[in-house]
Amino acid sequence: MAQWKPLDEMSILGKHYPRVDGPAKVSGRAKYTHDMAPTNCLFAYLVSSPHAAATVERFDTKEAESLPGVVMVLTDLHRSGNIAYAGEPVAAVAATSPDAARYAATKVRVRYQKKRAAVDLDAAMEDGAPRVLSGRENIFPPRERGEGNEADVEQAFASSKAEVRAEYRTQVQTHSCLETHGSLVQWGDDDTVTIWDSTQGVHSVRFQIARMLEIPQNKIRVICDYMGGGFGSKLQPGWYTVHAARISRETKMPVRLMLDREQESMIAGNRPDSLQKIRIGADDAGKLTAFTAETYCTAGPSPGGNIAHPFVYEVPVWRHRHRQVVTNAGPARAFRAPGHPQACFAMDCALDELAHELGMDPLEMRLLNDPNPTRQQQWKLGAERIGWERRSLKPGQTSSPDDPTKKRGFGCAASVWAVPGRGTAAQITLYPDGGVEIRCGTQDIGTGTRTIVAAIVAEELGLRVEDVRPLIGDTEYPMSVGSGGSMTMPSVAPAIKNTAEKARARILELAAERLGVEADAITLADRAATADGGGRVDWKTLCSLLGAEPQTFHGEWVQGLSSAGVAGCQFADVEVDTLTGRIHVRKVVAMGDCGLVLDRLTTESQINGGVIQGLSWALYEDRLMDAQSGRQINPGFETYKIAGALEMPEIEVIMIDEPERGVLGIGEPPSVPTAAAIANAVFNATGVRMRQLPLTPDRVLMALEA
Amino acid sequence: MADERVPESGRTPKGVSRRGFLKGMGGTVLTTAALGPAAASAAAQQAGGAGSKSLSGPTEIQLKINGKTRKVTVEPRTTLLATLRDKLQLTGSKEVCDRGTCGACTVLVDGRSQLACMTLAVDLRGREITTVEGLSKGDELSPLQEEFVAKDALMCGFCTCGFVMSAEALLRENPKPSPEEIRKGVAGNLCRCGTYPRVFEAIESAAKRRER
Repeated sequence: MAQWKPLDEMSILGKHYPRVDGPAKVSGRAKYTHDMAPTNCLFAYLVSSPHAAATVERFDTKEAESLPGVVMVLTDLHRSGNIAYAGEPVAAVAATSPDAARYAATKVRVRYQKKRAAVDLDAAMEDGAPRVLSGRENIFPPRERGEGNEADVEQAFASSKAEVRAEYRTQVQTHSCLETHGSLVQWGDDDTVTIWDSTQGVHSVRFQIARMLEIPQNKIRVICDYMGGGFGSKLQPGWYTVHAARISRETKMPVRLMLDREQESMIAGNRPDSLQKIRIGADDAGKLTAFTAETYCTAGPSPGGNIAHPFVYEVPVWRHRHRQVVTNAGPARAFRAPGHPQACFAMDCALDELAHELGMDPLEMRLLNDPNPTRQQQWKLGAERIGWERRSLKPGQTSSPDDPTKKRGFGCAASVWAVPGRGTAAQITLYPDGGVEIRCGTQDIGTGTRTIVAAIVAEELGLRVEDVRPLIGDTEYPMSVGSGGSMTMPSVAPAIKNTAEKARARILELAAERLGVEADAITLADRAATADGGGRVDWKTLCSLLGAEPQTFHGEWVQGLSSAGVAGCQFADVEVDTLTGRIHVRKVVAMGDCGLVLDRLTTESQINGGVIQGLSWALYEDRLMDAQSGRQINPGFETYKIAGALEMPEIEVIMIDEPERGVLGIGEPPSVPTAAAIANAVFNATGVRMRQLPLTPDRVLMALEA
Repeated sequence: MADERVPESGRTPKGVSRRGFLKGMGGTVLTTAALGPAAASAAAQQAGGAGSKSLSGPTEIQLKINGKTRKVTVEPRTTLLATLRDKLQLTGSKEVCDRGTCGACTVLVDGRSQLACMTLAVDLRGREITTVEGLSKGDELSPLQEEFVAKDALMCGFCTCGFVMSAEALLRENPKPSPEEIRKGVAGNLCRCGTYPRVFEAIESAAKRRER
């Protein structure tokens, strides 16, 4: 089976090195889909339904069509005409400038027959709630999983020393990508379609857009050089691409269609909320005996969303009954570790409550019930790094020395994620002048993929990162998977290494011939081939021996270079201002097993980012729906608060190196445990258990009053 | 969702423009409360800036951007952001919120940071505008930009140019900022990937380089 060379023999991988596209990103040279406006480009704008439930009756487009710059108005976007959530697109306007299109969109008159809507979980579950889908109950039949039957569970609870029954709630979180979803589409004369898309998967977009447009895949090219954030919401293709394509086909002009900020918030995806009724028991030693979860979540007008119970702890008997509930609200999409932060919040908080019932240290409780050997180490190391021993055993006891109204506390929670890599190919070209190009149809969503692709080749060929030109983000390059589910690196890295190995073999052959030694007596390093017994040929000379033509080698994903299954945990140190209800997170320690770390700098950045998104969800973010209008009340950054510079804690990232496991994807796990760790720290600080996210000042004050 | 902004060319329906709206609101007091200080100062300049002469319809103006004089036809309502992005192909300034809440469009006007989405292009005649494209000389990055790269103060990169410009304004005003002042200096910029800690490091390190 293929394997990486030992970490200490690597000259690039496993170290800190900056991104190859950093200079383009800090100087404005990096062009995102939203920045592209080729000659004659038209700009399309979607007209969104203001109602959450309605039937479209008719359009009046006369005024819009008569406005200066307006080229086309499409009113047949919506197939059924039955609106299921506010913001749902019903028409599109194309004009010669973004402003003209946006203005004309306000002049498309649409007559709706309004209907009653159920816009959130509680409203949809009420008796007599309006039905979101005709002929179906809003609450879908339960899906049940478990170990042991109901009787086993009851028996286990009966023999438990302590049990906790509690209800936890988590809110809907919108992805809030800074670059909204959108595409630029050019329908060519020969019926080929070129799509620049703000996407997490160029190949998956091509595959699905071909079906949506009913044209062959080989007529479609999808390009994504740079994209401004996805977090799971840009894994699937958008109907906006199809609308832009239709306009381009008609007009023969390139068409750019980007969602606006409100549309991004209302229709481009979110993390499902959850209502979780938890029951958990333990024996007198603190060993878990039984667990049940009755959970509900909403994913908009189609059923969806899951909660990953029983999360990571070992419990002999358990039942999980999950029901999906449909609502008249924007549809959910995959969001960083789907189903996991919700499960973690309920499970890790319930475990904490149980520890409190038993008078145990919550950390002990975890060590006792966590079967994962890696996490066993991480719990201990993390506790050391956060200063767990300073934690008050009795909650609500530790005040700040200079201000008794500020309470200090510590908490922790676990993380897990396991998706393996797959299906990626690549192609490398060596030029006689020494140039190297690597092509792979992956994409860089901000995680550093482009850089690592170049770095793996450089490592294999004894070059520097800047010597290799990484070509990614284009369906003209070999197949790769979407960048989601922490799958990118476990999929891409093995394919790149396998491909580079083939180029390496050819270069070694040439060097062996030139130096008159066996290939296995040659080292490639420092832009040269060196023979064990002396003798050296530099890289350029080696490449000149290739002949007059560039040579291309193909490779693909192979077993042995990557694996799945990340364990992690986090610790939080918080201060709660009991006068204002404000929670200040002082420090988070984030532990993760990272397998073979390919670039320490970008890996650390990604873990920071996971913690920050987790903190933002824990304390600030909340999609608020207005029951009357059915619209989101806060579809923009002035009212939908995301964490900013002033709220940043100190973050200590500890990566556990396990190079023998190969490459692991680490994007999802760091966003899983942050909220639960913070909530547990707030309990330790105040003695008050908060079971509903976000932990906003008003809720903190109400909890302290209660 | 679509707003009622006036179209790019042609009629001005009943004089409702962003400029008129701001004036109609009675200027600074209300906008300070509603939009926060950075946006309010932009609004104040717009409300009082160009003085008594009224403009309407497409107007050719000259703007001094990154040291060069650029002729551009705008309407009185056209924001600096739309002018930079849609007319001058200077797309480093990003449109994210288009209402002064995220900082992704931060530019310098006479050396001080300003939000391009909250500024009307016509109000900047005769002023020195610096966009992110003006910080580097060709391929040569400024020391601050180099530190952003070296410290990995970016992920997807969509907010990055705005952070760079806020940091540039901060360091021009306060060459030796404390950690607290650095946080405040970029408090008007939002990042969704979560690069803030790295941004702080980059600014600190750039400040140290400037000291030398």
